[in-house]
Amino acid sequence: MTSSLLLRRKAVNAVMLTITGLCTLFATGTLVFILGYLFIHGGKSLSWNFFTKLPTPVGESGGGMANAILGSAKLLAVAMAVGIPIGFLGGIYLAEFGGSTFSFIVRYTTDLLNGVPSIVIGIFAYTVIVLPQKHFSTLAGGLALGVMMIPIAVRSTEEFLRAVPVSLREGAVALGASKAKAILTVVIPAAKNGIMTGIMLNLARVAGETAPLLFTSFSNRYWSPGWEQPTAALPVMIFTYAIAPYEDWHQQAWSAGFVLLTLVLAVNVIARMILSKSKHVAR
Amino acid sequence: MAASSTTITNAGPARPARSFVQRLRSGDEVAYLITFAAAASVLLVTGLLVYELYINSSASRTKFGLSFLVTKTWDPVAGQYGAWPFIYGTVVTSALALFIGIPLGVGAAIFLAELAPPAISDGLTFLIELLAAVPSVIYGLLGIFVLIPILRTVEPAIRAVLGWTPLFQGPFYGVSLFSAGVVLSVMIIPFIISISREVIRAVPADQREAALALGATRWESTWHVVVPYARKGIAGSIFLALARALGETMAVTMVIGNDPKVKASLFAPGYSIAAVIANEFTEATGQLYTSALIELGLVLFALTIVINAMARILVAGTGGRNG
Repeated sequence: MTSSLLLRRKAVNAVMLTITGLCTLFATGTLVFILGYLFIHGGKSLSWNFFTKLPTPVGESGGGMANAILGSAKLLAVAMAVGIPIGFLGGIYLAEFGGSTFSFIVRYTTDLLNGVPSIVIGIFAYTVIVLPQKHFSTLAGGLALGVMMIPIAVRSTEEFLRAVPVSLREGAVALGASKAKAILTVVIPAAKNGIMTGIMLNLARVAGETAPLLFTSFSNRYWSPGWEQPTAALPVMIFTYAIAPYEDWHQQAWSAGFVLLTLVLAVNVIARMILSKSKHVAR
Repeated sequence: MAASSTTITNAGPARPARSFVQRLRSGDEVAYLITFAAAASVLLVTGLLVYELYINSSASRTKFGLSFLVTKTWDPVAGQYGAWPFIYGTVVTSALALFIGIPLGVGAAIFLAELAPPAISDGLTFLIELLAAVPSVIYGLLGIFVLIPILRTVEPAIRAVLGWTPLFQGPFYGVSLFSAGVVLSVMIIPFIISISREVIRAVPADQREAALALGATRWESTWHVVVPYARKGIAGSIFLALARALGETMAVTMVIGNDPKVKASLFAPGYSIAAVIANEFTEATGQLYTSALIELGLVLFALTIVINAMARILVAGTGGRNG
């Protein structure tokens, strides 16, 4: 009766708590599995050649992806040049000058842009640069990644600036500084750590993007001099090599995956550690 | 000593409004204009994006009209382009991802927010957020070489239990709608967990305490009081995950099979909107082919915008942190 009902409720309690625990175990287990598998499989065939040599034709061993590593670095440089100024200054506007209907619209649009699938942003870069120029280029790929960086850069800059106490701003203004001077010399330095780690996380995110590069920076078996030619990039190489039917290419794909994942996760771990150390900031 | 007198007027308590030139000199107006331009360029970029998608898909839009969305044939050789197989594949794989991902994600979020000790909860959440940072091409790589072999071995078991339904008919080659759905579910679980955990934690403590004081067990207080309180935010997290699943490209492209047919069976290969753009864009010859692919991009854009907007409304409604 009552006691059996209580017993049943307690049993349901125990069972359900265990199930939610198992869900958690599964989710975290996946990460451990991904890491473990990549480290064992990718680390195994990783050699110095990977970082220094160009890709070799099928069947010829000893090739690397040096051009793709450099290509990725160049793409990220262009992406930063596009995404950071707009994102950083836009974030300052929202945090320091905002408050009107216009800010609301900007915030809303930023969230909207953040939700646009990366492949659609690739199409955008294609129509804006590749189509008029009639050739693939580092510039087009970098633009696509840069556009992807904008929304996160805006919102993280805004968030970290807002976390700076109002008393600091008031102190600066009370000492006779203009608003611009207060922002430049007091507010931004106070939020510097947060903003820098925000940029790092942002870069790590777009560094792994493949879809927007497929038809903007395309690919290249050789070095890509300058900014106007198609270039190889690490994530695109993983894709191309993984779906190819050759065993040694698969090995190369694993190595590339290992390198990419190590970089991305290292940046994430470091950035999150810095953030959890700094005081006022949540995220 | 003109400079010092300016400073004094600036700092004075009852000064009149400064003129435009003064503000320009002090840099305020410049700072405002520069940052305003940056903020406005966010609108400009987004507007340009929509414009370019719209303009460059005009050939396909004028030729096929709205029937583009429901036409089942995708035959570049014959010049016939219909979006239905891709819309179907996108929706089916995303639905499957949610079907697997919601119970696991929400379950883990409940555990992390309500039951686990804070130190363990924070540690595990850290790990799960790292999972969200793994690039999608890596998920695709693991999908091809790890998940598909695993699915091949469990396929007979699934068929034995559910083989009578139309969903699990026909041969299983490995690449399939089913594989794509499973990969997507793994990818969206971290999103569901981290946002749901936040909204569950934001439920006021007195709600739980009241339930516990009335004699509810831990689970009863969680399931009948806390979760209903946070349901809007949890729904928001699911919509955000859905938006991500719909737009996901690489992982899906690598395991879905890339076959533009509409088949009821999940074991059959399929195709998604993002995957067909990724695969065929560089090979598209002729204006109509390219513009049909761009129109697919426009469809995908519209789809994710709607889902994202719904998610934001739901998450904001519970006072949870949005994205």
